[in-house]
Amino acid sequence: MSAVTPEIQRISGMRRFKDKGVQALVYLAFAIAVVPLISVLWMVIANGLARFDMEFLTHSMRNIGARDAGGGAYHAIIGTLEQVALASLISVPIGLLTAVYLVEYGANGRLKRYISFFVDIMTGVPSVVAGLFILAFWILILGMPFSGFAGAMALSILMLPTVVRAAEEMLLLVPNDLREASYALGVSKWRTIVKVVLPTAFTGIVTGVMLAVARVAGETAPLLLTVFFTDSINNDPFNGPQMGLPLYVFDQAARPNDTAIDRAWAAALTLIIIIMLLNLAARLITYWRSPARKR
Amino acid sequence: MAKQIEVTDVDAYYSGHKAIEGISMTIDARAVTAFIGPSGCGKSTFLRTLNRMHEVIPGATVTGKIRMEEQDLYGAGVDPVSVRRTIGMVFQRPNPFPTMSIYDNVAAGLRLNHRYSKSELDGIVEDSLKGANLWNEVKDRLAKPGSGLSGGQQQRLCIARAIAVRPQVLLMDEPCSALDPISTLAIEDLIAKLKQEFTIVIVTHNMQQAARVSDKTAFFNLAAQGQPGKLIEMDETTKIFTSPSQKATEDYITGRFG
Repeated sequence: MSAVTPEIQRISGMRRFKDKGVQALVYLAFAIAVVPLISVLWMVIANGLARFDMEFLTHSMRNIGARDAGGGAYHAIIGTLEQVALASLISVPIGLLTAVYLVEYGANGRLKRYISFFVDIMTGVPSVVAGLFILAFWILILGMPFSGFAGAMALSILMLPTVVRAAEEMLLLVPNDLREASYALGVSKWRTIVKVVLPTAFTGIVTGVMLAVARVAGETAPLLLTVFFTDSINNDPFNGPQMGLPLYVFDQAARPNDTAIDRAWAAALTLIIIIMLLNLAARLITYWRSPARKR
Repeated sequence: MAKQIEVTDVDAYYSGHKAIEGISMTIDARAVTAFIGPSGCGKSTFLRTLNRMHEVIPGATVTGKIRMEEQDLYGAGVDPVSVRRTIGMVFQRPNPFPTMSIYDNVAAGLRLNHRYSKSELDGIVEDSLKGANLWNEVKDRLAKPGSGLSGGQQQRLCIARAIAVRPQVLLMDEPCSALDPISTLAIEDLIAKLKQEFTIVIVTHNMQQAARVSDKTAFFNLAAQGQPGKLIEMDETTKIFTSPSQKATEDYITGRFG
């Protein structure tokens, strides 16, 4: 036993000072982080509202001359929605199954390590490279036309690693107790995965997929190389050039007259609203599915 | 319903490390068998070999023979999934499925294996919840999530879930260690009731519990840390707790080591 008896003391002035100082730093960092977000939103809303009207949402740019006012982004909205939906259709099943393999079946095998490694590499692929790959392989070598589908393939390359990583993280969070409880009831492994593991991870997986969607919905470079441009409405994503909102912004913003610049801002606002609505829908789905709601 | 289990010379390994060695015993039908012993002596590992849950852990293997009546559980071509359907298990920590309601939790083992009609399921769920002494507490909120129940209720829900698939044997791995004395008493009463129908094996750290609920008691021990656990002796519970034949058993139950 040592002879020193600890004494109950007041908080020292130095500690109080450090505490306040660090607290101020944290608030400051938060404020700095929020500044770009708020200013971007503010700029887009302030400038975009000028042309954000029904005509903009329901008309294409067909027969709109270089200096004309009017026109809209309907063709680009259709294009973005179709391309993102197709990209999700391709990458979500593949990504989810990959994550299931990595977490549930891979053990610590060599294949699992290779897949993990290549998923990491894919995360780092610049978006223009994904577009170039589809351009070279699908359009130049196989001789397919520019199309929304080609764009969707390029986007799915970008979505895939995000979906795999998000789903993997969520599956790892499912406690092993639940898997064992299911096995102990005499439930086979794949049924355990489908009925117990995936539903438990569902909310997190939806959030991860939404993040991936939001990320690719704003991609311009791969679309530039794969869906090309058009001023007309093309509802068929498998045939012929389409438009996309990022492409529309890119195109209009490069024009010299104010009417085009206004259209670019309005299109940017539309894109943000679409992504917000998709996120809202995902929130509603997870809310509707969450067990807490039934309590 | 209940069946006897015959264990001959079972060893179990975790990636090459031997956790238990040379265990042979007979587990009686329609009786409660308790496993006691210090932490790390392999009681839980041995329990998990009985319904082939041990091999779920990557790298874990089992050698030796385990027979239930005339069936070799580790025979060639035996489906471990069907073994687990016949030999149910209740875990240390209550683990109801968080995405499912109370009703769905009890029906989970049935639904995930076969198709049942609504009325059949209703009947089995009610019987199982009654069997687990939980029916009166939850009958008005079957559609609420199982995670909203108290710890003791959750554990009884897990027991209801396990007996709903009509197993022959029920393995319990320290089912009361996370529960308060009142919930523990409820589970012990339940065990006494269940043994009329099932063969029950229970791992416990609570010696009074072993003495209260079991007909036979097996004492496990290990020679030293890192050595495989062994079965020291197994006998009628009254005999183990009054005049054990091994010195180690007496030392353990009187609290002189452990």
